[in-house]
Amino acid sequence: MELRKSYFADVRKDDLHEIGQPRPRSDSPGHVTGKTAYFADHNFPGMLHLKMVRSPHHHARIRSIDTSEAEKHPGVVRVLTARDVPHNVYTILILIQIGPEDETVLADGKVRWKGEAVVAVLAETERAAQEAAAKVKVDYEVLPAVFDMEEALKPGAPIVNEYHGQNYYLYDSGECRKVRFGDVEAGFAEADHVLEQSYQSSPIEHAPTETTGCVVMPEGNDRFTCYTNTQAMFFTLDNTSIILQMPGSKLHFVGGTVGGGFGGKVDVIVEPIAILGAKLTGRPVSFIYSREEEMQISSPRAAEKVVIKDGVMKDGRIVARKVTGYTDAGAYSRHSPYGAQKGAGHYPGPYTIPNVWIDTYCVYTNRTPSSAMRGFGVTIGDFALEVQMDKLARLIGMDPLEFRFINAYRDGDMKAHRQPTEGAALIECMQEASRAANWPVAEKFMAMSSYKKGA
Amino acid sequence: MAKVPVQFTLNGSEKAEFVESGTTLLNTLRDKIGDTSPKGGCQQGTCGACSVIVDGELRLSCLTLAETCNGVAITTTSGLAEGGVLHPLQRAFLDTFATQCGFCTPGMIMAAKVLLDHTPNPSREDVVEALSGNICRCTGYEPIIQAVLTAARANSQNAA
Repeated sequence: MELRKSYFADVRKDDLHEIGQPRPRSDSPGHVTGKTAYFADHNFPGMLHLKMVRSPHHHARIRSIDTSEAEKHPGVVRVLTARDVPHNVYTILILIQIGPEDETVLADGKVRWKGEAVVAVLAETERAAQEAAAKVKVDYEVLPAVFDMEEALKPGAPIVNEYHGQNYYLYDSGECRKVRFGDVEAGFAEADHVLEQSYQSSPIEHAPTETTGCVVMPEGNDRFTCYTNTQAMFFTLDNTSIILQMPGSKLHFVGGTVGGGFGGKVDVIVEPIAILGAKLTGRPVSFIYSREEEMQISSPRAAEKVVIKDGVMKDGRIVARKVTGYTDAGAYSRHSPYGAQKGAGHYPGPYTIPNVWIDTYCVYTNRTPSSAMRGFGVTIGDFALEVQMDKLARLIGMDPLEFRFINAYRDGDMKAHRQPTEGAALIECMQEASRAANWPVAEKFMAMSSYKKGA
Repeated sequence: MAKVPVQFTLNGSEKAEFVESGTTLLNTLRDKIGDTSPKGGCQQGTCGACSVIVDGELRLSCLTLAETCNGVAITTTSGLAEGGVLHPLQRAFLDTFATQCGFCTPGMIMAAKVLLDHTPNPSREDVVEALSGNICRCTGYEPIIQAVLTAARANSQNAA
């Protein structure tokens, strides 16, 4: 491996001495000997098993819930419904003042997606909990559902989530996140070519080998120890504190060891109800998703639709870009308002474009709530942008890599969302890529630098 | 429900338990005996995280009923290190960075051990085939394949 230490030499104190040196991972000895303790490796005498009764409908009103037969089932210790949850309506990002609270821990009067948690059953064995869950009777009045983002935004579409009142997240900027830079229509007017394309993606499941779950032990001092594979320890602790109306000092979360997460374990889903079960029964509680639940219930990467309209000159300069992005949050916000917002800042890509107009919508549909996954908000956008870049290069008959050199952002360039570019290194990366891939570009591009002399 | 007795050796130690009929070997090992090295990833025989060795053969403990294991000898990853010295496969998994989250690792090591026990000098294709029932979502498999080939080479050098 060759290290070019000249890059960023002015901002770097070390000598890159760690790069290229193998260092043993501190967790590997536990992994190879089977000693690493995952949450489910904690097992306590008298532990109860929690199984969830879930909505079979995408959108329905709940007329009534009858748990009497389930409660009589041998081995059942407790059955929980919405009225057992102290603060049943929550939203994860309320911790950073992004509301409104829009999601129920257990459904109250309505279900908004197929698989939504309605009733929790706690029993001596997993089997008893499963059998009793099947005996819970829920009377539903099925409502019209909407699954397509653009359908959901049309007037007269069924309202998915009454806590929002409309099928999009209302930002302080209005119905979408907006970026306005330069005069995009003037840019299109001056452009030699204009290309508008739309790109879309389906939800993607993380499919970790270890399913989502937690094990809760009620301690003698009125505290609860929660062994969990959450990827968001303090988000989960603080939201649990709100949902259970219990001071955070009563909650002891043990975790950090996650059997694959990829962003899929940042929601606050299993811990609050399991801790509530432990509190109300005084027994240890285990709530572990089955593989089927992991696939169907855990939040996926959001489906997205990205419409990109670019104005480009024959010499390769992109002079205008207009993007409309749609993020399918599913029935509840979780992290999606943030994901859609991130997209708004990201859509110009790593390119300097003088005229930019961006609208990104966070849309509610009756689909499984989506949430974080590896670069959510920008990953699908990057797919769309780079396919668009190739199409633009083809349109003007230019080499796709040289086309990117022409438009690459450089230190000092103002980005559309008004942050000056710093430490870009895109040009240097592309120069290395050109050499490594044996994809030659003209000498003038190999002589370029992300630094602007005298800037 | 009636309980049935089951007796086997686990990593060389005698074990005896009463289990409910229908209990899996995975749950018996984890919940009754306390060996949590086999993992429950899917409970339906598709991910391989629960793999153990029963009388020298690779078995999915989530699909094996404990009551069918009377008199057998079971090996799990927690029993591979002898006197604190890692098994060559464990050493190789460490050295080639073949673990990330670690959840699939015990099952991978079991599958690899059965391969090397039967085929001391496997080809790359042999390794890929032997690990084909074990899912890893982190590594992309390449470091794991390299770990098994590395362990095989270490074994043959020790034997020479």
